[in-house]
Amino acid sequence: MAYYDSFFDKIGLRDWCDAGKTADGPVSMADLLAKAGVKKEESGINIPFPSLDELHKACGSIGQSRDVTKGVEDGFLAIKGALRFVLDPITQPLSWLLEFALSTIEATPWWIMFPVLGLVVYLASKSWKLIAFVLGCLAFLAFIDHYDHAMQTLAVIYVCAFLCVLLGVPIGIAMSRSDRMQRIVIPILDMLQTLPPFVYLIPLIFLFSITEPKLYGIAIILYAIVPVIRLTDLGIRLVDEDVIEAAHSFGMTDRQKLFGVQIPLALPNIMAGINQTIMMSLAMVVIASLVSAPGLGVLVLRGIRNLELGVGLVSGFGIVLLAIILDRVTKAALNRVNAAQKT
Amino acid sequence: MSDLMNGDIKVSIRNLYKIFGLDPASALQHVYDGTSKADLLSEHGHVLGLRDINVDMRAGDITVVMGLSGSGKSTLIRHLNRLIEPTAGQIDVDGEDVLAYDEDKLRELRRQVMSMVFQKFALLPHRSVLENAGTTLKVRGVSKREYHKEADKWIKRVGLDGYGDHYPHQLSGGMQQRVGIARALTSNSPIMLMDEAFSALDPLIRTDMQDLLLELQQELHKTIVFISHDLDEALKLADHLVILKDGYVVQQGEPQHILLHPADPYIEDFVSDINRARVLRVRSIMTPLNGPIPDNAHGEVDYDDTLESMIARSGGDTSHSYVVMQDNQPVGILDMTSLVRALVPRAAPEEGVRKY
Repeated sequence: MAYYDSFFDKIGLRDWCDAGKTADGPVSMADLLAKAGVKKEESGINIPFPSLDELHKACGSIGQSRDVTKGVEDGFLAIKGALRFVLDPITQPLSWLLEFALSTIEATPWWIMFPVLGLVVYLASKSWKLIAFVLGCLAFLAFIDHYDHAMQTLAVIYVCAFLCVLLGVPIGIAMSRSDRMQRIVIPILDMLQTLPPFVYLIPLIFLFSITEPKLYGIAIILYAIVPVIRLTDLGIRLVDEDVIEAAHSFGMTDRQKLFGVQIPLALPNIMAGINQTIMMSLAMVVIASLVSAPGLGVLVLRGIRNLELGVGLVSGFGIVLLAIILDRVTKAALNRVNAAQKT
Repeated sequence: MSDLMNGDIKVSIRNLYKIFGLDPASALQHVYDGTSKADLLSEHGHVLGLRDINVDMRAGDITVVMGLSGSGKSTLIRHLNRLIEPTAGQIDVDGEDVLAYDEDKLRELRRQVMSMVFQKFALLPHRSVLENAGTTLKVRGVSKREYHKEADKWIKRVGLDGYGDHYPHQLSGGMQQRVGIARALTSNSPIMLMDEAFSALDPLIRTDMQDLLLELQQELHKTIVFISHDLDEALKLADHLVILKDGYVVQQGEPQHILLHPADPYIEDFVSDINRARVLRVRSIMTPLNGPIPDNAHGEVDYDDTLESMIARSGGDTSHSYVVMQDNQPVGILDMTSLVRALVPRAAPEEGVRKY
């Protein structure tokens, strides 16, 4: 006898309930326990919450809670084909980009890579000290034979952060120009930011083949794009009203205003967003190793899986070094922008 | 400057109303029916920005719009280039109704006809002084070489020679506003709108800038609309003075005339602690000459002399009188007794406390 039997009897739904009762449904753990003679006390104090499982016991027409997860799964699988049909071609360039970046970096010998990276750092920061620091860190990673893995991680981050900026800045600009757009996008951003990173991976695994680079590429981009969107929107909204008014008073077109005034003045905020985006891609690239992302994350996972303490810690330290390098370089670029814009 | 007073009307504002709120059109009806600013706010939830403004601005004149904060003066100036859209009324520039302009024509107006100088300078912090000054030409699509040349000329003219490569944050407030003025001048527009352009500067710099503006004006004869909350500044610059209070024009006219004949207690109060000897001119208090020059005159004085200089000249002797000359022609008689009388305001503030 289930607790809610009498309830359904009273409201006269007994017939409807019994009509839905199926004897050959899958057996739940609770049923097994009941058969084994483990009896739960059913007293007045112990009123079970009218959950789906509990109601199902009293009324066969009501589904069990495992039907909910099953429904979600079936629903997803049902639209999977269509979703794949749309998303696959759209995201294919991401795979190409990632493959291209990885193969390029693999094919480039270290004695070319070091000067190139030095040049990039110089262009961003104009600081010899920072170049020495960056090259020192890379040399250390190479010395302990983690160079290839570190470079793979860097390549993935370059591609993903670049795409985040490419997509995020225009979205941020659109948000700053329309309050309605902002109201729509902000909840999505909130969701992307609060979803645990692992959750991104689950639907992606079903959508794409696990060997495809875009699988982890999409996961990284979804996770890391949030700050650059938010800070672009914020930065443009924070541009001094007086300057905007001046721009109007000189008869600037919207285009002139956007590229001549709003984006340059929002640049410090946008750069801060890019810095955050890069840091978040680095965090995600480790988790993405679960779905075949190459790089230091693979070593960290090996450390966890095989309980190889040393491997895990050393590669973890390598990730910290990369994080410091990326942070320092982007912050240096940000400071240069800030210095040029003091008001 | 008096010969410019007869210039054509450049900007004409007719029956201009501005109401801020959700439904200005219906609130406008209440204002037409005579609802006051306070009642409109408390009963209908709308703010009356401007009420029935009628002002004619002559070409080549400096029209100063003066009022305390909240009187609507900044709102008024922003109607001229439609940074703010009016609720009702008409604004003509060179006889054309600006309010009928579509977006393209309005942009042309802002680019070619009107340039603006702002209280907080509103320079672009990421651009050099030269680039900032050239902004007004750059937006028109003028080539870099040309707008640099023009901007350079005006930077020199406002006294910033050699600062072209500096950035705004490297300059003092006064110098930044010079850039602001150079930027407006570079556009070569006939009309300049100056929104409290000197209010953010400290007093000595402000005097410098006023002198600079008057000097430039003698040469350029632009139509300048100048917003100020400072009566001294207004009296110094104005050819035509418009005094706003709570969104309507209390009095407008020649500044000397307003000083000598304030129309209501608000203005009386306003003008009462002005140094009248320095502001008033001989022409405003002389008796026009009819008949021959009296022979007891102590000498000749210029039409535009200040009373202050007259007091110094007469040594304070109130029995003297002088012949007033304009362009070497005698036009009136100045009696020192009437001069002294003119120095006393019609109503002094009661125990030094302003009523408004």
